Amino acid sequence: MLLIILRRLGQSFFVLFLVALISFMMFRYVGNPVDNLLGQEATVEQREALIEALGLNDPLFIQYFDFVTRVLQFDFGNSYRGALPVADMILERLPATLELALVSAFFAMFFGVVMGVFTAINRRGITGNFILSSSLIGVSLPTFLIGVLLIWVFSVELKWLPSFGRGEVVELGGWTTGFLTVSGLKSLILPGITLGLYQMTLIMRLTRAEMLEVLRQDYIKFARARGLSERAVYFGHALRNTLIPVITVAGLQLGSIVAFAIITETVFQWPGVGLMFINAVFFVDIPVMSAYLLLVGTLFVMINLIVDLLYLAIDPRIRDGQLKRQER
Amino acid sequence: MSKGNSLMNRFYKSDFFYDFRKSPVTIVSFVVVLALILLAVFADLIAPTDPFDAKSLNLFNGFTPPMEPNAFTGETFTLGTDDQGRDLLSAIIFGLRVSLFVGLTAVILAMVLGVSLGLLAGYRGGWVDSVIMRAADIQVTFPSILIAMLIFGIARGLLPPDLRDELAITVLIIAIGLSEWVPFARTVRGTTMVEKEKEYVKAARLIGLSGRQIMLRHILPNVLSPVLVIATITLALAIIAEATLSFLGVGAPPTEPSLGTLIRIGQDFLFSGEWWILLFPAATLLALALSVNLLGDWLRDTLNPRLK
Amino acid sequence: MNKLSTKLALGVVASLTLSTLASAETIRWARAGDSLTMDPHAQNEGPTHALAHQIYDSLLQRDMSGAIIPSLATEWAALSDNPNVWRFKLRQGVTYHDGATFDSEDVVFSINRAMADGSDMKELLSSVKDVRAVDSHTVDIETNGANPLLVNNLTNMFMMDKGWAEANDVLTPHDVAKGETNFATMNTNGTGAFALVSRSIDEKTVLTANPNYWGKDLYPSEVTEIIYTPIQSSATRVAALLSGEVDIIQDVPVQDLGRVSSTSGLKVGTAAQNRVIFFGVDNVDGPTADLRVRQAMNIAINRDAIKQVVMREQSDPTGVIMPPFVNGWTPALNEYPAYDLDKAKGLMAEAGYADGFDITLNCPNDRYINDESICQAAVGMMGQIGINVTLDAKPKAQHFPFIKGGDSDFYMLGWGVPTFDSHYIFNFLVHSRTGDRGSWNPTGYSDSAVDQMIVSLESETDLATRDATIAKIWDAIQAQQMYLPIHNQVLNWGMKDGINFAVQPEDQPHFQFLTFN
Repeated sequence: MLLIILRRLGQSFFVLFLVALISFMMFRYVGNPVDNLLGQEATVEQREALIEALGLNDPLFIQYFDFVTRVLQFDFGNSYRGALPVADMILERLPATLELALVSAFFAMFFGVVMGVFTAINRRGITGNFILSSSLIGVSLPTFLIGVLLIWVFSVELKWLPSFGRGEVVELGGWTTGFLTVSGLKSLILPGITLGLYQMTLIMRLTRAEMLEVLRQDYIKFARARGLSERAVYFGHALRNTLIPVITVAGLQLGSIVAFAIITETVFQWPGVGLMFINAVFFVDIPVMSAYLLLVGTLFVMINLIVDLLYLAIDPRIRDGQLKRQER
Repeated sequence: MSKGNSLMNRFYKSDFFYDFRKSPVTIVSFVVVLALILLAVFADLIAPTDPFDAKSLNLFNGFTPPMEPNAFTGETFTLGTDDQGRDLLSAIIFGLRVSLFVGLTAVILAMVLGVSLGLLAGYRGGWVDSVIMRAADIQVTFPSILIAMLIFGIARGLLPPDLRDELAITVLIIAIGLSEWVPFARTVRGTTMVEKEKEYVKAARLIGLSGRQIMLRHILPNVLSPVLVIATITLALAIIAEATLSFLGVGAPPTEPSLGTLIRIGQDFLFSGEWWILLFPAATLLALALSVNLLGDWLRDTLNPRLK
Repeated sequence: MNKLSTKLALGVVASLTLSTLASAETIRWARAGDSLTMDPHAQNEGPTHALAHQIYDSLLQRDMSGAIIPSLATEWAALSDNPNVWRFKLRQGVTYHDGATFDSEDVVFSINRAMADGSDMKELLSSVKDVRAVDSHTVDIETNGANPLLVNNLTNMFMMDKGWAEANDVLTPHDVAKGETNFATMNTNGTGAFALVSRSIDEKTVLTANPNYWGKDLYPSEVTEIIYTPIQSSATRVAALLSGEVDIIQDVPVQDLGRVSSTSGLKVGTAAQNRVIFFGVDNVDGPTADLRVRQAMNIAINRDAIKQVVMREQSDPTGVIMPPFVNGWTPALNEYPAYDLDKAKGLMAEAGYADGFDITLNCPNDRYINDESICQAAVGMMGQIGINVTLDAKPKAQHFPFIKGGDSDFYMLGWGVPTFDSHYIFNFLVHSRTGDRGSWNPTGYSDSAVDQMIVSLESETDLATRDATIAKIWDAIQAQQMYLPIHNQVLNWGMKDGINFAVQPEDQPHFQFLTFN
């Protein structure tokens, strides 16, 4: 048990080490810090002095060590564009992205599970099959188009919901939240749906599949045989056993929600880290790009680790290597 | 000849074909996918014009509504024209070709990579298995668009700008292909581990066949059906990913547009009444991705009867 | 940064009625891009100046029609005994947002700051030799040789408080190229009509009316609060205007003009912009080094088709890279050649390129109105005379450094002329590339006689002689077909019906001039 936990931790650190290495390589080789800092008119002496000062003549592993040391102190350097510290920029924008991710995850989870259960129970019904097939429309259109269409219908034509931004935000100890104002909540609806639709379809299909699997088990047959109502069978027994794998996959998907937020944030001018990343790509702002990669990488690794450890806690029989269910 | 006939007969009498006939949705999906693939393959013969030939375009034909004569030139276009005076029908047919090419190539890349690694991991086991499966765990957490943006961001920093357009399609294929190999690998590994313990494999090993021969000749055929299912679903994913990346400005260039690029251009005209520039490419993409998804669904249910 | 925590209650009430959220005095203003920095001398860029103009004042300003009017200086004139010295009388009783008094010391400091290392405004002051305070409200600016048009260069030269700059260690602009940052990047202290309340880059900037603004009684000054939001996606930006979430947007896509003006409660303000769009071509290497090829390309561009279809009539085709606002402009220069495919093909054949050649067109895709569409159209037009063009469209942040590097054979560029004088065009776009001139002339064009004439403009006091020289330079450029002009842009601001606001030809709104119905 302890060995498995230690091994998991070790693997997580190894992944983070790799992510940091990629990010360091980008920073070191793609950005060319010397040219960015000096401009084209600099003399050879100036260049040499700066190269020495930045430690670019040191062996690579020392440079990498310095990079990691700085990153651990949350120092990602300054953005080429606004000349602001990248760490501050990320901290300022992270709440927007995390709140959006949270809302769309809840949206996806709630409707995904409800519809998944419904289609599983009404496996042969017309409505169930219709929901199942039409849910595919959500994953057969690109996210940006869904966002633009939602804006068109609900902002431009119906004028019900805002088309951009977060609305009024309230600052709570360095965290800006849109949960406490009406306009903030309204602003979350369209981007939340846009971002969550894809995950909702995945969760719905997974819930359905798991539910069907569970319903085939002997203990369900026993429950039925004992004369329990269908309702009690479905919601008392089957759903509970369905939810564990569903929650696992949903948890793992949280990371990709943060990454997919790039598109949603671009469409809705949502001031989060995704929009910041897109702008950094267009401005070839390497410090911001490498910091974003580190951030998302860390987030993914942490989510994975937490899910794994939770799983271990719930079901200690699970062995390493059989931990994660396959997802799509 | 007779052999072919008997094969066809066997196919007609199979459960597979029976299931297919019983599912009208699947028949429609299949017909749609087949039709779209044929359109893409024979684009040169079918499309009224060559939309990639910039010099043949007449700017005055721009924004012509479907089936209405253009105010300046008097020309009429079945599905209208886009902002450059390009015949939308031809642009869609050729765009379909680009999208399908990117999608299929990316899926083949992912499949080759995933199946080989999965076979290797499942057959060899031990540390090879550990390394490959840990790599899969890492890979699966990074979505394709992020990988594509990173590859693209790095390429932009390193490569001369002139090469950008030529590389855009390659970058797309590599990025989508690299990020979708994991489901293939996991499935193939699982099946391989089961198959390798079976008697016929042991027998093959006894008569001295090499590991590679065993993997390719005996194990591979047994994993083909789940691979087919995953490939179909991945194809839909890849087509959508291509469209998304085109929206982010990382996709096919506007002079040789894919369906995604056409949609990106078309969405600018959503509020201004030129609906056809968005609607027709979007509808085509929806028809393609939805049909592929439905086919994938049906394949999975049919080849995995437990879920029926 | 002071976020909107205090406005929680207000926000809850106001947002219940989303479309009428703003009180009559608040202006919610959106455009595609954000200001790059709040430091007024660190970036010479339109959106950056647009925000700075609300907060900082210059000695002179352009009103909404583009005419120069007094601002912090009330009078100015060259000294009668020494034409090299301009004397400025400063406005009395002006205070900064923090209460400090504006005086001649600040002017001397600010001009010197704008000439310091790291400033992006240096080129506009290259003729300045010295700045001196004569008394507390009089300043002399001495130039190297007489510069009759110095005042034209001062309309974006913002004044900062010396004391504030010393206290906060912002004596020089932060050098963006070196990745520097300073206190003034995010903080301001100007004399302008609005003071900065909060700012979050790419998200939202809030400004509030300055209660002690010197121009309060001179200008309408009806706006009490500005909420500025950059919205990059054009569909989202238009949607925000159509749904009433913003009051004014500066860049309405041309295809949406009809929709905006036909929406009840909205209107479109239109004005010719002081900005010309053109193609640059390599003048010394490759096929385009041949004058006949450049001439062929010029008449192969169907400017009327671009105007009609791509720009939907919202452009003014031209035959010279100079907007009509500029001193030196004549209708004859502006006349553009007829689109003539046969003649163009003939010229190509004469030059030995009957079979055409391959070339790459570098084009921005987020800077000018329909820039990428124009380039796409050009690809087709060049194709018709055999030139096989590969289009390389990319964001401005990558496009501009690339063409400035001189590696492009064929590129699109737009040029605004803040000084309203031909010299500004010549100095950047025509003069041979030297250390401090010709920085935007990557064409390789270099003519020492023309260079001499350009430099002579800086000290020529006789305006008639000066204008004659300008005309001669234009003749030389046109004869060489150095550039391929396309059109002058037309500005379209979309706004609520209840707003009276003239569209300013430099695309610079000055909100103290705005009135409500």
